Amino acid sequence: MQKILSNKKAIALFLFPTMFLMAVFVVVPICMSAYYSLLDWDGIGKGTFIGFQNYIDLIADERFLNSVKNSLLYAACSLLIQLPVSLILAIIVANVRRGEKIYRTTFFIPVIISSVVIGQLWQKIFNGDYGLLNAFLSLLGIPGQDWLGQESTALAAAFIPNLWQYIGYHMLIMYAGIKSISPDINEAARIDGANKVQIAWKITIPLLKPILQVCVTFSLIGALKIFDLIYVLTGGGPFFSTEVPTIYMYKTIFDSFRYGYGSAIAIFVIIECMILTFVLRLFFRDKEKY
Amino acid sequence: MNKKITGRAKSCVTHVFLIIFAFIQVYPLFWLFEFSLKDNSEIFGGNIAGLPKHWRFGNYVTAFFKANVIKYFLNSVLVTGITIAVTLIVSAMSAYAISRMIWKGRETTLKIILMGMMVPIHAALLPLFIILSKTHLLNSYASLIIPYIAFGLPMAIYLFTSFMESLPKEMEEAAAIDGCGIYRMFMLIVFPLIRPAVATVSIFTFISSWNELMFAVTFINKAEFKTLTVGIMSMVGAYTTKWGEIGAGLMIATIPTVIMYLLLSEQVQKSLVAGAVKG
Repeated sequence: MQKILSNKKAIALFLFPTMFLMAVFVVVPICMSAYYSLLDWDGIGKGTFIGFQNYIDLIADERFLNSVKNSLLYAACSLLIQLPVSLILAIIVANVRRGEKIYRTTFFIPVIISSVVIGQLWQKIFNGDYGLLNAFLSLLGIPGQDWLGQESTALAAAFIPNLWQYIGYHMLIMYAGIKSISPDINEAARIDGANKVQIAWKITIPLLKPILQVCVTFSLIGALKIFDLIYVLTGGGPFFSTEVPTIYMYKTIFDSFRYGYGSAIAIFVIIECMILTFVLRLFFRDKEKY
Repeated sequence: MNKKITGRAKSCVTHVFLIIFAFIQVYPLFWLFEFSLKDNSEIFGGNIAGLPKHWRFGNYVTAFFKANVIKYFLNSVLVTGITIAVTLIVSAMSAYAISRMIWKGRETTLKIILMGMMVPIHAALLPLFIILSKTHLLNSYASLIIPYIAFGLPMAIYLFTSFMESLPKEMEEAAAIDGCGIYRMFMLIVFPLIRPAVATVSIFTFISSWNELMFAVTFINKAEFKTLTVGIMSMVGAYTTKWGEIGAGLMIATIPTVIMYLLLSEQVQKSLVAGAVKG
């Protein structure tokens, strides 16, 4: 057995495809991005090396700062709206006596659907003339709006489908976490006279901390990387009001052909995500000490 | 007695709350189904939320054949199918080498591979575009399949290694005593044993590559190779105001995923949670 499992040739053969694919299509591209971000380059001919000039320009670029602001706002919405709603749903569904499975299955449906479909669908829901939302509001006597077409409402309207789509996902992760908590603990608390809210607040949520860390990390990083839905819904418009860094990056590269500058935005997004992951880890570790 | 009644009232309130929420999650999709069967005169004539007066299945025929959705659909099936198959084989082999075989540095290797899960695909977009254009692979199935596999591997390896670590070694030991070599052991003993993880990895890979948009939009602009996500985007461009046909296209892109989900809902939920939390 030992001998078979130390077969060097087999080990190399088993690992080679993964190593090769990941090196060529993941690692090398990231390094290339980092290098491009130091160039002034339009994609034709050779770029000129300009050091960190692209990054310096980014800090002064109002359009970029606006896109970062939008993505941070979205991250805040995920944290303050999406996750609490998911958590409440998870706790309720985990405690409901009948229909647990049906609720779980239904809430989860939007998660598996392509962002192109979700985006197109919500574009029609928000449509100013024939949209579902306006049709509903007119029943209540509220005048309709062109939700995605005007600056004042576009950002909020572009966030809603994103928040809506992944509530079921976070709910399910939390639900699985709640179900793995031993029922004895809840039973003991109930005997001691704790009510359901107390049990949720004092027992379930503290025990769920590792799971919450996963959810917070996923939803915040997902928010900073958001691309698909915004691309389909508004493409960043009107007047950049829904633009996020990844959209700005995409346009800088493929519409304005500023390869160097666009790569600097890409690297910014990676670094932003890395820092956030690190900070969250510290944050949750500190909490565990108490 | 009183307590019983308030208890029942409370559970009633909970169910009403949950049902309202379920409605919010599902109604938009039902509405999509409705308008995919209407024509513009009906939608613009005021029947926005109601059931269609005439069920115009013709919209589906138009979307399928005139708007070429059938081609996009088949492309998606092909790209996703190959991606899943190759990802499964490559990641299972590597996961086996990492979790069972004996060599130095396996833990470090695993850690490095798993770091790949953190990499946002946006950061690789431009370099991949350049690599693919230099190798003349833009506008081919390979331009999607290869990056999908490369970016899907870390998650697949993560799922396989955690499954293999929980697997008893007796079967393999018995096979070794019977004189079975490593390659036969992997194919005939290990692969069948890890079938539950194969399902998880397949579902995960299916959902991410079937729905992928950014690479598909960037690397493909010939109708011949467009997958559903890009195809639908261009169909929307061509049919801007024809809601019915667009709706039908969106439905066609969604139905396979939803059917798969309804058939395997437990397994799908488990798989996607396993991707987030070890288990």
